[in-house]
This record gives sequence, structure tokens and C-alpha cells, in this order.
Amino acid sequence: MVKTMFSKGKIVAKTGNEIMAEAMRQIAPDVVAAYPITPATEIVQIFSQFVADGKVPTEFVAVESEHSAMSATISASVAGARAMTGTSSQGFALMWEMLYIAAGLRLPIVMAEVNRALSAPINIHGDQSDTMGARDAGWIQIYSENSQEAYDNMIQAVRIAEAAKLPAMVTTDGFIISHCMEVAEVYPDADVKEFVGEYKPERALLDYKRPFTLGAIDLQDYYFEHRYQLAQAMRDSKKIILDVADEFKKKFGREYGFYEKYEMDDAEIAIVAIGSAAGTTKSVIDNLRTKGIKAGLIKIRVYRPFPAEEIAKDLANVKAVAILDRADSCSASFAPVYLDVVSALYANCGDKAPKAENYIYGLGGREIALNHIEEVFMKLDAIAKGTKKASTQVEYINVRIK
Amino acid sequence: MKKEDRKLTAAELPAGGLLEAGTAENFKTGPWRSQRPVWNKDKCISCLTCWIYCPDAAIKIAPDEKKTTVVIGIDYDHCKGCGICARECPPKIAAITMEEEKK
Repeated sequence: MVKTMFSKGKIVAKTGNEIMAEAMRQIAPDVVAAYPITPATEIVQIFSQFVADGKVPTEFVAVESEHSAMSATISASVAGARAMTGTSSQGFALMWEMLYIAAGLRLPIVMAEVNRALSAPINIHGDQSDTMGARDAGWIQIYSENSQEAYDNMIQAVRIAEAAKLPAMVTTDGFIISHCMEVAEVYPDADVKEFVGEYKPERALLDYKRPFTLGAIDLQDYYFEHRYQLAQAMRDSKKIILDVADEFKKKFGREYGFYEKYEMDDAEIAIVAIGSAAGTTKSVIDNLRTKGIKAGLIKIRVYRPFPAEEIAKDLANVKAVAILDRADSCSASFAPVYLDVVSALYANCGDKAPKAENYIYGLGGREIALNHIEEVFMKLDAIAKGTKKASTQVEYINVRIK
Repeated sequence: MKKEDRKLTAAELPAGGLLEAGTAENFKTGPWRSQRPVWNKDKCISCLTCWIYCPDAAIKIAPDEKKTTVVIGIDYDHCKGCGICARECPPKIAAITMEEEKK
């Protein structure tokens, strides 16, 4: 859990889905267009109940597919509305072409996404294959370790997206967070309303006195410049994310950054992970620390934009690092998070970079237990001591191979 | 080079490919023509059929002295010479005929 400095909200017991719906009610977007899919169904189900009960003034559009959900969300956003949606896995995959359009048109849409495995074979449980596939879609990606973070990230995402003019997705691990009830703090409605503020788009299609065209054909002479703008917006969003986190800390008393460092100050070996597995890793670290093993964790919160220089700096002094991926790239090479972390290390630390290993775990909701993480740390410890060599290929945790 | 005379950079362009309305006005498609419509003012009854059918808003109209909308000519900067106006002009009137575009 991130550091809490003070607390002025109400302590409630909510699942990840319930608390994301609660955040959406408090944000009160102008338009939500969504289609239900396990394990994200409850988010839009609960939210649509809020709309039906008159608890939020949002226009809720019940569409016939996720492709339509994202299309309607894009249209609402272009019209000048604060627009949101929610989905998971196959639904997210069906949104695919529209994801790139939302980013290319620079629309600050916020999506609640529950990470779930992709078919085939069909599986409804948690892994990050869905959003990892969209890592280059031009969306800001913020991952959450628990309900509290999911809630806090949703509130911040609105501000970040609108300032950066980029769409943003906030994710939780399917079932592990989405359906697990946890104690979390929710803030007063008025405080959230004040924090997110009113959305004032620079241009809106409903402003008929200043008509414009969006999404026109863009050939060899302009497309490249517009794609550069998108890439640059992602680079520029780093400062926005930190500024919003700073303001959030002052208002709500909880501190966020690109990633959370756990026992990293004197760490000799470290794990880099995203999402709920971070909690398991922290527990293992606490145990190893009592045995004198200097283990640490970097839990990535903001994966897009990727905080390359910052992570490289914080990993520069460890001797060995394992990057845990809950998605396989099926590339015969390495998985996404490893590629980003190791590129950052190579660019910033050169031959002084720590030894790095890549582990894929938890596909289709497969359990990742304390002993699995401990085994990874034991291997890192041996690499740090020089008794074992780091693997030069991707390794798998808890899968029956032979 | 002046900003108006060159293509804009990523830093200068509006984000997201936003274009102000009406830019087609500045894009001259007239040179695409291989045939040109020729309008005969004396035959024309200003039924505006050509104006309705023109896919490129290249039939120019204006109010006359009685404030009735009448055809006043063809916008050769934007007419692509498709010939729809000549085809749709009532046969008894035949106020628009197609001719080979001059080199």
C-alpha cells in the first residue's frame, strides 16, 4: 500500500469493481457508454444503477458491443463531453481499432479496465495480456495493486487525461482485485468533485459557432507530425502525472508516483512487478529481511508513459533484478515489462546495469504464491553472490512444462 | 520561409489532426477536369436541379433583383468535370453541355 499521511474520508469495505463504480459516480462524467463483460460487468452494472436511481446525472448509453462502446465514448468526447467506459479482456480486444482512434484524436477518455486473460482457450481470470497488448496504443496506463489504488487512480486519471489530452486506462487484476472485498477509504463527494473540476474542452463539435473537422485523411505530408505529437504528449504527460499526484497528496493524504519503491534504499536484489502480485512480493520481502537478505520491490503504477530513466536510476545499485510479467509476448524473446526495464537499464547504466531475469507468471489467473516469489529471490541472491548465472531466456513460474 | 507558405511542424499543428472548417475551399480540384461543363445563361431557367445534384457545390447561385435564387455560373476552381449537371439539366432546356477541356 502507498503511504497514507492523513485520512478524512469514510472507511468502507468494497470490491475493486464496487469502488471503481463509486469513483465514477463521484466523478460524474457527462457520458458513459459501456457493454458488460466478466470480470468488469459490475462496474457498469453498479454505475447504471446509480444512473437509474438518479444518483448521478450521467447519460448512460447501453450499447451492443465494446466496439460501439468505445465509438460512442469517442463521439461523446469529440462533442465536448467528459466521457468514460469500462471493460475487460475480449471486450477490450473488440475495442482495438477504436483505442488507437481515441488516442490519435487526443481525446481524454478514462476507462476502468479489469485485467483478464485473452481467449483461446477461454478463461475469465486475471492476467495482464489484454492491456499489455495495447501498451503502444497511445493510452496512459495506470495499474492498481488493490481497491484503494484503483479508486485513487480513477480520480487522478480524469485530471491527467484532460491535461495531457490523452486517453487513460486504470486497471485492476481480474477477480483478485475486482471481486475481492477490501477495506478502503472513500472521500466525500464534494472533495472529489472539486478535485476533478469541470471539464472545459478547448474545442467541441457541439460548439457550432466554431466548426471543425476531426479525423480527416492525413497522408505522407502530415501523418508523421501528428504521430510525433502523440508520442511527445506521452513524454510530456510524465510531469502532469507527478503534478496531479502532488495535488492529490495534499488534498487526500495519499502519496503516488510512477512506481512504488518497497525496501529499495539498501536493496541488493529486487523484483519489478505490476498489480496485485506486488502485495505477495512485499510479504516475502518482509520475511527475507528478517533473515538479513536485502530484497526490495519496484511496483510499477504508471506503465505508459514508461518512467525509464527513473527506474534505471533506482535499479542501478542492485546486483540482480527479476522482472515479473503477467503476460507473455509469444515473441520467442522476452515479455513486455522486462523489455522496457532492460532497455531503460541498458540506455542509462550501460555495462554497469544489474543482471536481469524475466519471469512470466499467473496466466489465466494461475496462483502466484509466497514460495514462488521466494524462489525467485533465492535465485537472485545466488546471482548477486556469483554462485549462479542469470538466465538469458524467459523463465516461467508455476507452469507444468515437462 | 513564411508559415503560410510551408507545411506546419508538429509543434505548430493543432493536436489530433484538428482542421478548421471550410479548408476544401482552398483546395483547387478544377485542374482534375478532362471535360468542362459550359453553362448557357440564356437557356437556363434556374430550376436548380444541377445545383442539387452537383457533388462538389460547384454550381454558383445568388439572389437576383427579385430576390429569387438563380444560377450564376460554374466554379471552375472546384468543378471536377463529372458531367452530372449536364446529364440532369432537363432535356428540353439543355442549358449545360460538356466540352473537351482545353489544354
